[in-house]
Amino acid sequence: MSLLNVTGLGITFGGLKAVDDVSFAVKPGEIVSVIGPNGAGKTTLFNMISGVYMPGRGKVELDGQDVTGTPPHLLARMGLSRTFQNLQIFQDMTVLDNVLAGYHLQESGSILADLLSLPGMHRRAAKARDGAMGLLTRVRLDKAASQEAGSLSYGALKRLEIARALALNTRILLLDEPAAGCNAVETEEIDHLIAELAASGIAILLVEHDMKLVMRISNHIVVLDHGEKIAEGDPATVSRDPQVIAAYLGAEETEAADADG
Amino acid sequence: MMTARGKWTQLAVLALVIALLPLFFPSGYYYRVGALIFVNALSVVGLVILIGYAGQISLGHAGFAGIGAYACALAPEHLGLHPGLAVILGAVVSGIMALLIGRPILRLKGYYLAVATLGFGILVSMVLTNERALTGGPDGMSVEDLGLRALLRDLGWRLSGGEFWYGVSGFVLLIGAWLALNLFDSPTGRAMRALHGSEVAASTVGVDVARQKLRAFVISAVYASVAGSLLALQNGYITPDVAGFMHSIEMVTMAVLGGVGSVLGATLGAAILTLLPQVLTVFAEYEQLVLGAVMIVVMIFLPQGLLPSIARRIRGRGE
Amino acid sequence: MDALLQFIFSGMTVGAVYALVALGFTIIYNASDVVNFAQGEFVMLGGMITVFAHQAGLPLPLAAVLAILATAALGVALNKLAIEPARGAPVVSLIIITIGASILIRGATQLIFDKQLHRFPSFSGDDPIRVMGATILPQSLWVIGGAVAVFVALWLFFTRTLTGKAVLATANNRVAAQLVGINTGWVMTLSFGLSAAIGALAGVLVTPITLVSYDVGVALALKGFAAAMLGGMGNPKGALLGGLLLGLLEALTAGYLSSQYKDAVAFIVILGVLFVMPQGIFGHKSTERV
Repeated sequence: MSLLNVTGLGITFGGLKAVDDVSFAVKPGEIVSVIGPNGAGKTTLFNMISGVYMPGRGKVELDGQDVTGTPPHLLARMGLSRTFQNLQIFQDMTVLDNVLAGYHLQESGSILADLLSLPGMHRRAAKARDGAMGLLTRVRLDKAASQEAGSLSYGALKRLEIARALALNTRILLLDEPAAGCNAVETEEIDHLIAELAASGIAILLVEHDMKLVMRISNHIVVLDHGEKIAEGDPATVSRDPQVIAAYLGAEETEAADADG
Repeated sequence: MMTARGKWTQLAVLALVIALLPLFFPSGYYYRVGALIFVNALSVVGLVILIGYAGQISLGHAGFAGIGAYACALAPEHLGLHPGLAVILGAVVSGIMALLIGRPILRLKGYYLAVATLGFGILVSMVLTNERALTGGPDGMSVEDLGLRALLRDLGWRLSGGEFWYGVSGFVLLIGAWLALNLFDSPTGRAMRALHGSEVAASTVGVDVARQKLRAFVISAVYASVAGSLLALQNGYITPDVAGFMHSIEMVTMAVLGGVGSVLGATLGAAILTLLPQVLTVFAEYEQLVLGAVMIVVMIFLPQGLLPSIARRIRGRGE
Repeated sequence: MDALLQFIFSGMTVGAVYALVALGFTIIYNASDVVNFAQGEFVMLGGMITVFAHQAGLPLPLAAVLAILATAALGVALNKLAIEPARGAPVVSLIIITIGASILIRGATQLIFDKQLHRFPSFSGDDPIRVMGATILPQSLWVIGGAVAVFVALWLFFTRTLTGKAVLATANNRVAAQLVGINTGWVMTLSFGLSAAIGALAGVLVTPITLVSYDVGVALALKGFAAAMLGGMGNPKGALLGGLLLGLLEALTAGYLSSQYKDAVAFIVILGVLFVMPQGIFGHKSTERV
């Protein structure tokens, strides 16, 4: 039984089909990667699944329930969580507060309790704080907990974003280029973290440019080009697919041509 | 960074300033000025929640101050309500107004939000100016006494009007500051600050962005309303100026001048801008010139506001 | 019927002024994403400087030219001294800076000149022209004609000249404009100068009808903004249409409903537009990129 089902999803920007008729499914504990050349529509696909964009066509189902176009904060309640390609960190908040924000659904209660600093609020906050510290330890940021998030290095921010995304009772996690801009050591850490998360039963949907990482950890790969799905299968099958090779080589040729011109 | 300990430090500093300041007053007149500063600071603390925490702007908060002020002027006369209860009535009306207009307004961003709130504020002040039969028009109307000072006198505690209102305003400001500081480090406050940082990221961790913005808007409206009520009660008189566009602008300027994320900064900003006209009273013509220059210079050179910029400098030297 | 025509005439006159103010907003907004709350002060300065230059003995046309040039210079100075140093600042800061500038200009004007109401003679006398039972002042024709002339001139500037196209390109995409070699800093300077000059011209044209004093700018700025928003922020056609529409609504409200609340129309329009169609009549929706 799949946790996430995407059927015939598509969206058009200014007459241009950014994503067209894409379908796939993700099961609990499975790592599914979406790959493709730049501009293939991967992030747009993520934005539609996570409710940031309203899809023009098609359907997104979570647990068999139609959630097409459901706003992100309601998807979060159903256990769908994500990170962003271009980091969306709460810069002016502390590292700990960033993760605590991820506990919003679990720790928030009445506004009156918050204004009056009632014991109930402290109880909820303390529980969230323990959980958040646990997550920070897991991504090795526990020592930086009281620092302002804006002062962290790029790689650390990437991990912070994952920790924040895990703070919900996450059942499916969408990771948009978690290893981009990270060095080899950091990439390996993220690699381990993703494998661990999948082993604990969380479904992972991954967009990543680091092909070695993708081939190593994915159970299943979906290949997009010009907004359309051109291939799908296990890493070995996909990497031998002539269309996939053509898409990547073609992309490289165009990029080379662009560089010359 | 602000922590739970930071909260009590800030409250202690504020309480000490309120308690000790009168020792330096050369005359009873300064109690009046102090009371005015605290009232302004109260509405600015409300704006700290709206602008500093939730990152939303309002150029119409004087409208809520107007509602609070005129509730105190009108409710005792027409509804026979005690002035103290009129403060609460004003706060409730302001809160409901904020809820009703905030829902559509807060979908908007930046300039649109600024102009929509501005439009609301001006409509309130227009109604207060034009409905002469009810409000006395531009000349304003008198406000019934709270009666609390007479009660204290009967109990043997004789206070001048200035002293009494200094105490009351200071006390209410302390409560307002305590509530705002509680909110900062609470789940709701975190959600507000999160959406300030990134609306899309906040919503993906489950924050209902529209709802949290609305909460900040309503809370800050109630602050402004209570401040307006206190102003009406302590002056014993009120004119539509309290709801005017310039008052809204002054409130926002006080907030950003002191440091829009900080409750103490808000108080400092209120103090400076309240004192400015008093100091410049000899040069009354220069008041607008100076106010305008202050707004521009602070925004360019101290975008964080006075207090955070000073704090940063001190910390920088310590290292 | 005569009354209606009369209201339409007066609505068109103020509407033309709102349209010019809205156009000033639009030009700066397009070039820099800044909403300049001091736009109304430009109109006020156009009137005030003309009044005092004329009193000092300058012939009226020369005084008007001087006022427009001086105001344009002030617009450029505003950009250089207050907007450029705050580049990249959040919207809240920019709002406060331009509001600060408007208060500063008002304060300086009352110091340099005075707090009185002023006017200077109409350009073509004050004898009303009869049209189908209603009357219109010759100066109203100057205002409406002036607005039309400005819009035509700007349209030619933006579509026929290289400089105009550079401004449009910058409005469209600043980074791309820089990449193709457009000096976007210069485009901003030009925009502030141009929109200050347009504001001042509006002030020159309308002062014989509405009079001028140091504090007329606030209301004009707010109404001009309402007009710009009604037409769709950033769209010159929208500014024209929004201005005229708002002027007509005000005149009809004053005529048929309540003259006390005619000034409320602009703000009810603002709120109504924002609630129902935040993009205005000509605006279009944008999708946020993440």
